[in-house]
Amino acid sequence: MHNEKQPLFHLARRDEMPKSKVWMIRAASFLAALLIGAALFAVLGKNPMEAYATIVTGSLAKPSALRQTVKIAVPLLGTSLALAPCFGMRYWNIGAEGQITAGALAATYFALHFGKTWSHPVILIVMAAAACLFGGIWAAIPAFFKARYNTNETLFTLMMNYIIIGVVRWLQGGPWEGKPGSQIIPMFPDNAMLPKVFGVHCGWIIIILLTVFMYFYLTKMKQGYEIAVIGDSVNTARYAGMNVGHIVIRTVFLSGAICGLVGYLVTCGANGTLYDSVAAGVGFTAITVAWLAQLNPFAMIAISLMLAVLSKGAGTLQTRMEVPSSVSDILTGVILFSMLACEFFINYKIILRGHQNDGPRGFDPVPPKGAKPADDGRTEGKEG
Amino acid sequence: MNALILLIYNAVLNGAPLMYGTMGEVLTEKSGNLNLGVEGMMYMGGAIGLGAAFYYEKMAGAAASGPVAVVLAILFAFAAGAFGALIYSWITISLRANQNVTGLALSIFGTGVGQFIGEYMRVQEGGFVAISNGLKTFFQNSPFPASVRGIPVLGQLLFSYNIFVYIAIIIALLMARFLNKSRAGLHLRAVGESPATADAAGIDISKYKYLATVIGGGISAIGGMVYIMTIAGCVWNHDGLAGEGWLAVALVIFCLWKPVGAVFGAVLFGALMIMYVRVQIPMVPDQLYKILPYIVTVLVLIAVSLRRKRENEPPASLGLSYFREDR
Repeated sequence: MHNEKQPLFHLARRDEMPKSKVWMIRAASFLAALLIGAALFAVLGKNPMEAYATIVTGSLAKPSALRQTVKIAVPLLGTSLALAPCFGMRYWNIGAEGQITAGALAATYFALHFGKTWSHPVILIVMAAAACLFGGIWAAIPAFFKARYNTNETLFTLMMNYIIIGVVRWLQGGPWEGKPGSQIIPMFPDNAMLPKVFGVHCGWIIIILLTVFMYFYLTKMKQGYEIAVIGDSVNTARYAGMNVGHIVIRTVFLSGAICGLVGYLVTCGANGTLYDSVAAGVGFTAITVAWLAQLNPFAMIAISLMLAVLSKGAGTLQTRMEVPSSVSDILTGVILFSMLACEFFINYKIILRGHQNDGPRGFDPVPPKGAKPADDGRTEGKEG
Repeated sequence: MNALILLIYNAVLNGAPLMYGTMGEVLTEKSGNLNLGVEGMMYMGGAIGLGAAFYYEKMAGAAASGPVAVVLAILFAFAAGAFGALIYSWITISLRANQNVTGLALSIFGTGVGQFIGEYMRVQEGGFVAISNGLKTFFQNSPFPASVRGIPVLGQLLFSYNIFVYIAIIIALLMARFLNKSRAGLHLRAVGESPATADAAGIDISKYKYLATVIGGGISAIGGMVYIMTIAGCVWNHDGLAGEGWLAVALVIFCLWKPVGAVFGAVLFGALMIMYVRVQIPMVPDQLYKILPYIVTVLVLIAVSLRRKRENEPPASLGLSYFREDR
């Protein structure tokens, strides 16, 4: 039974783990990520404690800094919320970047052409509607092909990013260019800008409302249930009589529409104009936020705020301690890696050899999986 | 005629970084791993490859030899990409995390590392990281003697590229041979198509996945170095690499998971990237012309999904982690 080929350890899926232990593992891995970051600062000859303190104070201590941080968090949270329903059904929408840009483009069209003539509420509502519609359509094109021909959506949505960004570049240097040769689209008139609440454009209120909506949408509504079923098994959904293609297109349209809304908030809330990098990588970062939050909208608030703190704090770090601000991307990456890795220890347990039984001892430990010669006989037991 | 030769010449030069990026990802995907971190690995390769050449020249001074600098740049770029791919492999293969998310995390991390190192070197060296013109020629000029390059038509068409183009072609041929003719290549393809079957046949799944992903990542990263050292002119600039890595991921589909196809696909994409300079089409502005490669990729994606031919399909287990215990 337990011959010498038994591996050093094997893995088994874990049943439900107590909540407290789950959070302890997550906290420990977050701490580990911070320690790796600290090591990086130490290598650069900077005091790690001071560096982290600078990041926190630089992003939260002053009201103006706090406003900046919220400004960074708004699009990140909004896009994570947008992506949640897509990922709920295992549809890999990595085109949020493009959908944000598409929304921003549609909003800009109205701001430039009707921003001065229409009344304030009308122009803002029309811009938002146009942004949602165009973002949604931009997302629905790959979804249509996915539903109809099973075209790979990961790469399709990715390509859609570059197409719309190219279109914005063309508009920037062509039809919508302000001063000839400037490659810049003129600033929106104040009439087409979002009002401010507590010094930040009112997008943050919209996004908080959206968070609550998304929570109920995913957990309490019929459409959210359909999404969950498709995510678990497309065949089950079909068997239950759901029109999978229809649901996919509908859900992705919703996702794209919210991304478009984010684009609208970024242009007429924060930037006041449109340029090619309006999405600024948010579409990609939001994917990891949504995934780490396990599609829980409230967890997304915490994670996107944390990443916003890192991003804003790194800017302060650059000016105060001469550390390039791209360090925030490194820290973000390390945190993401360690959070992804720690899920393994939550979902699986490692059973060491001889733990369940008293297997023979005294021979050389067999190296773990991955280090054995290819033609090694597969005779070990598969008890689980 | 001359214009055509010039177009092909520039297409090959522009496509060279993509050749590496794509070939590396082909190898990775053959093992069933979809690594979306190519952009990140290419950034790392670009910054560290440039750093290797730069600091080597700084240490060796006037005695710096070109071939050594080229080899060092390749090795360091490879190591950088392999390191990124190793993190990815550990998290997806050993720890079974989702491949898409891990790949994106690698993209964020790698772009950060690349820009950080590039920026840090720039600040340390007083604002400018560039290698000397003497050394540059080894990166950018043809390795063939003038007599060969001087052959009419053929000289420019075949022998006038920088050394990286030829290395890429050699890697592509070797990789094609490895995948299609060798036993290990057969095993690797089996792992990508059906890991459960391969496991039952006694193939070490983890070993093949790890090796293919790490080596693939290294090859992809060389592409980043090639971009910086040839197209970007041996200087670190902040957004220089934007998009190349993502394009490489798309090209893998375009070339239908074939390494030699990757070379041709890269040349075609290189052509599409520079066509707007060479072949003006009236009424079509440059910026719209530049999105042509992406539109072509979309069309290819749709075409591949419409005509489901078996040899054109992606590896069957692409993007799925393999849990032996789940069976």
